[in-house]
Amino acid sequence: MIRDITIGQYYPADSVIHRLDPRVKLVATIVYIISLFMFKSWSGYVLATLALLAVIRISKVPLRFMMKGLKSILVLLMITVIFNLFLTPGEPLIQIWKLTITKEGLSTAIFMFFRLIYLIMGSSVLTLTTTPNNLTDGLEKGLSPLKKLHVPVHEIAMMMSIALRFIPILLEETDKIMKAQMARGADFESGGLIQKTKSLIPLLVPLFISAFRRANDLAMAMEARGYRGGEGRTMMKPLIYKRRDKIAYGVMVAYLLVMFGVTRLI
Amino acid sequence: MGIIEAAKLIFEYAKYSEEGNIESVVRAIDGIDLDIEPGQFIAILGHNGSGKSTLAKQMNAILTPTDGTLYVDGKDTRREENIWPIRQTAGMVFQNPDNQIIGTVVEEDVGFGPENMGVPTEEIWERVEKSLKSVGMWEYRKNSPNKLSGGQKQRVAIAGVVAMRPKCIVLDEPTAMLDPNGRREVISTAQELNKKEGVTVILITHYMDEVIDADKVFVMDKGKIVMQGTPREIFAQVEKLKQYRLDVPQVTLLSYELRQAGVNLPECVLTVEELLEELEKIRQQEGEDHGNQN
Repeated sequence: MIRDITIGQYYPADSVIHRLDPRVKLVATIVYIISLFMFKSWSGYVLATLALLAVIRISKVPLRFMMKGLKSILVLLMITVIFNLFLTPGEPLIQIWKLTITKEGLSTAIFMFFRLIYLIMGSSVLTLTTTPNNLTDGLEKGLSPLKKLHVPVHEIAMMMSIALRFIPILLEETDKIMKAQMARGADFESGGLIQKTKSLIPLLVPLFISAFRRANDLAMAMEARGYRGGEGRTMMKPLIYKRRDKIAYGVMVAYLLVMFGVTRLI
Repeated sequence: MGIIEAAKLIFEYAKYSEEGNIESVVRAIDGIDLDIEPGQFIAILGHNGSGKSTLAKQMNAILTPTDGTLYVDGKDTRREENIWPIRQTAGMVFQNPDNQIIGTVVEEDVGFGPENMGVPTEEIWERVEKSLKSVGMWEYRKNSPNKLSGGQKQRVAIAGVVAMRPKCIVLDEPTAMLDPNGRREVISTAQELNKKEGVTVILITHYMDEVIDADKVFVMDKGKIVMQGTPREIFAQVEKLKQYRLDVPQVTLLSYELRQAGVNLPECVLTVEELLEELEKIRQQEGEDHGNQN
C-alpha cells in the first residue's frame, strides 16, 4: 500500500543517538562533513572512520541501511574516481594505452572515494535516526535566531511538516487518477519521451486541482483551530537540551581537537 | 441566554465572471433567526446548496454576516477582536477527514489547537490524553493518521477540537465521506460528548437517521429555516420533508406508508423497535377482536 510509505528513511530503534536533540545531530553532521575536508593525511581518515563506525554502532542501525544511501551516488562516485585517477598530473605510475595513472592521481582518487562515502553515510546517520518531524522542529528552533532578520523560520518549518504529511495522500491520489484515466484509455507507458511527457498532462491537471482544493480546506481547518502563525504559540514537544545533548557537544569538540592535533602531528 | 444566537442573519457572496466582474450575488443565508441553548444536541438538515454549511462557517467566524447579527457565547462574530475567542468557544469539524488533520502523528494533531492557544506544555499533554480517551482513540496516539480508517480520522479530528475545550462543537457533514461503520462511530462519539461532557453539539447533515436522537432539528432550504422542532415533530410531516428534497428514516417512511394504507399506527415512528412494538399491539388487539367474534 502506498500509505505505508515512510517519508525519509527513519529507522526506529532505541538508542542514545535516536534520543539526542535534533539540533545536536544537525550540528554534528555539519561538523563531521567539514572535518572530512579539513585534512589530507591518512591519520585523519583513520580517525574519521573510527568516529563514523562508533556512531553507527551506538545508533543500533544496521550497516546495510547505511549502505543503501550509497547506491544513489554510485555513478557520481565512479566518475569522480576515474577523473581523479587519470587526469591528475604528476609522477606516472602505470600507463594503459594513452591514459596515465599518476601516484598523486591514485591517492586523490582514494581520498575522494572515501570522502564521498563518509559524507553520505554521515548524513544518513542523521536521517536514519531522526523522524522528519523532529528534524523540522530542530530546524525551526535551530534557525530561530534568523527570525530577527525577518526570515519566516516558523512558516518554513510548518510548510515542511505539512508537505511531509501530504506526500502519501497525494501519492495515493496520483495512483487513483492514473487508474481512472487508464480505465478511460489513457496510455502512460508507450511512446517516446515527448509522447510520455504529453500523456502526463491529464494526470497532472486533476492532481494540481485537487492539491489546491486540499490546501484550501486545510487552511480553513487550521484557522478554525486557532492557528495564526508562530506568535504566541506553545510547543507540545518543546526542544530542551538535556545532559546527553551537552555531552554530545563535548564529544564533538573533542573530536575536532583530536582531528586537528592528529593531522598536524602525523 | 443561548450559546448561539442569530438575528436576521444574512450572508451573500458574489459570483464572478471570467473577466472578474460581479455576475450575480447569491444569498446563501436569508434572514435566519436562531437560538441554541447550551448543552443541547442540535441537528441542522438540508439538501445540497441549502446554506447549511455556510451557516456552520458563520458559527466559527470563518465567514461573517453580510447583514444581521450572530452571537457566539455572547460575542459578536463581526468584531475582529472576537475571532480567536469565538474559534475557541465553537470548535469545528469538517467533512473531509484527510484535509483537516495537520499533524503527522495522532497525538501531535490533537495538540495543534492547544499549541495555537498558547497552553503550557504540560497542560497540552493532559488535554491530549483526556480528549483522545474521550473519543476512544488513545491507543492510536503514536500512529500516523494516514493509517487510520475514515471514522477513526474523524474521531481524531473531533479530539483535536475537544482539546481546545470548546463549549460548542459544530460538525459540518462529518460523515459524508464515511462508510456506515465510520458514520456510526462518529455520531455516537458526538452523542457521548454531548451527554458526558455537556458540550453543545451542532450536527449538520443530510442523513436522516443521524438526527433521531437530537434534542432539536432545524430544516433549511434556500438559506431559510423552514421547519424546526423535535425529530418526532419533524418526521411526522413526511410530505413537507419530501417537498424540501429530504427523506425521512426508512422505518418512519414504512410506517407512514402503512398508515396511508389504513394500518392503525401513531403519527410518527422513529425506530425499528418502536414499529415492532406498535405492530405487536395491533396484532394482539386483532387477536382479541377475533376472539370476541367467536
